[in-house]
Amino acid sequence: MSTSASRVSRAAEARVSRRSRRRLPAAWRSPLAVIGLVIAAVWFLAAILAPWIAPYDPLAQSLPRLTPPGEASIMGTDALGRDVFSRLLHGARVTIPLAGMLVACAMVLGTVIGAVAGYVGGWVDEVLGRLTDLFMAFPTVILAMVIAASLGPSLYNAVLAGIVVTWPMYARVTRSLVLSLRSQNYVIASRLLGYSPWRSLGTDILPNMLGPVLVLASLEVGTAILLLTGLSFLGLGAQPPTAEWGSMISGAMQNIDSWWLGVFPGLAILTVVMAFNFIGDSLRDVLDPLSSAERQGAGAAAPPASAQDEGADPVSALTSEISEQEAPR
Amino acid sequence: MVAPTRAARNRTSGSALPRYLLRRLGTSIVLLIGVTLVTFVLTALVPGDPIAAALGEGAIQNEATVQAYRERYGMDRSLPERYLLYLLALLQGDLGTSIRTSRPVMEELSTALPATVEVAFGAIVVSLAVALVLGTIAAYRSGKLADQVVRVVSLVGLSVPTFWLAIMVYRLFFMQLGWAPGSGRLSPALNPPPRVTGLYLIDFAIDGDPVGFIDAAAHLALPVLVLSLFTIGLLTRFIRTSVLEVLSTDYIRAARAKGLPARRVIVGYLLRGASLPILTMVGIAFGALLSGTVLVEAVFAWPGLGTYAYYAAINLDLPAVMGVGLVVGVVYVVINLIVDLLYGVLDPRVRLG
Repeated sequence: MSTSASRVSRAAEARVSRRSRRRLPAAWRSPLAVIGLVIAAVWFLAAILAPWIAPYDPLAQSLPRLTPPGEASIMGTDALGRDVFSRLLHGARVTIPLAGMLVACAMVLGTVIGAVAGYVGGWVDEVLGRLTDLFMAFPTVILAMVIAASLGPSLYNAVLAGIVVTWPMYARVTRSLVLSLRSQNYVIASRLLGYSPWRSLGTDILPNMLGPVLVLASLEVGTAILLLTGLSFLGLGAQPPTAEWGSMISGAMQNIDSWWLGVFPGLAILTVVMAFNFIGDSLRDVLDPLSSAERQGAGAAAPPASAQDEGADPVSALTSEISEQEAPR
Repeated sequence: MVAPTRAARNRTSGSALPRYLLRRLGTSIVLLIGVTLVTFVLTALVPGDPIAAALGEGAIQNEATVQAYRERYGMDRSLPERYLLYLLALLQGDLGTSIRTSRPVMEELSTALPATVEVAFGAIVVSLAVALVLGTIAAYRSGKLADQVVRVVSLVGLSVPTFWLAIMVYRLFFMQLGWAPGSGRLSPALNPPPRVTGLYLIDFAIDGDPVGFIDAAAHLALPVLVLSLFTIGLLTRFIRTSVLEVLSTDYIRAARAKGLPARRVIVGYLLRGASLPILTMVGIAFGALLSGTVLVEAVFAWPGLGTYAYYAAINLDLPAVMGVGLVVGVVYVVINLIVDLLYGVLDPRVRLG
């Protein structure tokens, strides 16, 4: 009796797990995505718990200067006698939320502009399209530097500069997605039923382009972190004494003999960016059959020409946009 | 049977190519004008006060000084007027005068650009070679372990903060191992070669100076290495996708079926078939490298476009910023032109179409 009961429960378990696995987006089943999620989760926890788990105050200059990693401080101390490990943990509280904010703002701004351009069309599209081109034509990093410098060096201005240089990408992707969705029968049907354009934009088009745009955004978090830390490294972002990874590395350049100053913040940036890239890349696999190994059969069937046919297929439009846009740094 | 068709095709392409070329050059010119407009408008939009940045807070109180300054740099005119003046000056090769150094921007850029082009070109060559191998392996073994490994490698390459990596390799290969020389383009003991192209490697070769050539090459090694890693990540993923697309075509299947050795299939058929999209991506990557070297140049004290752009930006030296933006834009347009023309060379259909 006990065996049959356990068998029943095991069968139920199997059913549940099978069902939950089916409900799970395919992306979460790839090992890469799991690794990315775990690393990201660790960093999120570190950021949240930093005030409690950091052994020292990140700003307190209370330790002997430039001591290598040892028992007192596991990642050593910097030129002002601050604990590198504590600063590293607190750095996560600075960079990760700001990068998220940057991506969220750029995404909303770009999506709205791109959606309006694609949906309204005509001269509105023309004007917004040229505006997008305007911002895309100027080299990203240099534009960000100029904006950050002209607003005055601070982390928030660096975020603002990041938003200004990244929104056009979302606008482009959204525009081509909207163009392809607009001609779908169900959207035309809703217009024929007499619903307002805003309703069809909001309820028919927006939900359907959310997926690709979110994938793009997840890939962009890493880029945003690299941009923010890079600007801080140049002195155009975080200002001392803020515990921020980019400026920690720039401090390491002044004391280049103390290897621990540079190695750890760099690894922090690397692992966080990697985590987001792993997640974003796995998500893209689900959307884009061509770059996915498992779905190669489906990819082979798709005519390669579809990518050139603008707006014919939202996914290929997106991926070609992404691969084009990955470059600037 | 074959000969007349080929002759006929040659005749058509002979007349079609110049027309294609002309049309392509026309678009490039329109694009270039667009680039000038973009740099002009964007720099005009910059919120900071370049006058305050240039004169200092003290001098800005003095109205006569400010007025004289505005007149000197044409800031008292309307925007369209200023744009026209800017264009006219451009036609004479005049990019304005740097506010920071009081030297012609054109002159300063003509030394900064080759320094960056040298690094960027080196990085493209190295990363293309590596990415072709990795990308082809990944496509061939798609879904297998090798594919996954290549994928992780390229994703990690895209995740590395280049400025950090630059410091790390500098520490390791220069300070610890002594394998590579320190920062800059040349050892302090050496003089730059007589200027022909501004690219030290080529100028040393023209000059016939092996010592200088080797020294310049050694100074290139670390920056190229650092920049390559990111570009490898970018190109590998793209090459994999392109090769995968070609792999599923009938002519590859036919080539494999008739028993051609794998190497011939890969080099003669596969990579040739995938060369157009790869070429486009290489062009994009090169353009991105030109403006993306800022952080690496900062570490290696490399006197290139990035360093110049950095000082221009933090001093709000707008003529210099516009110069950099324009140069990068022009290089983009030129690269696109070259890529498109190479398309015509690689794929006859483009010429005729």
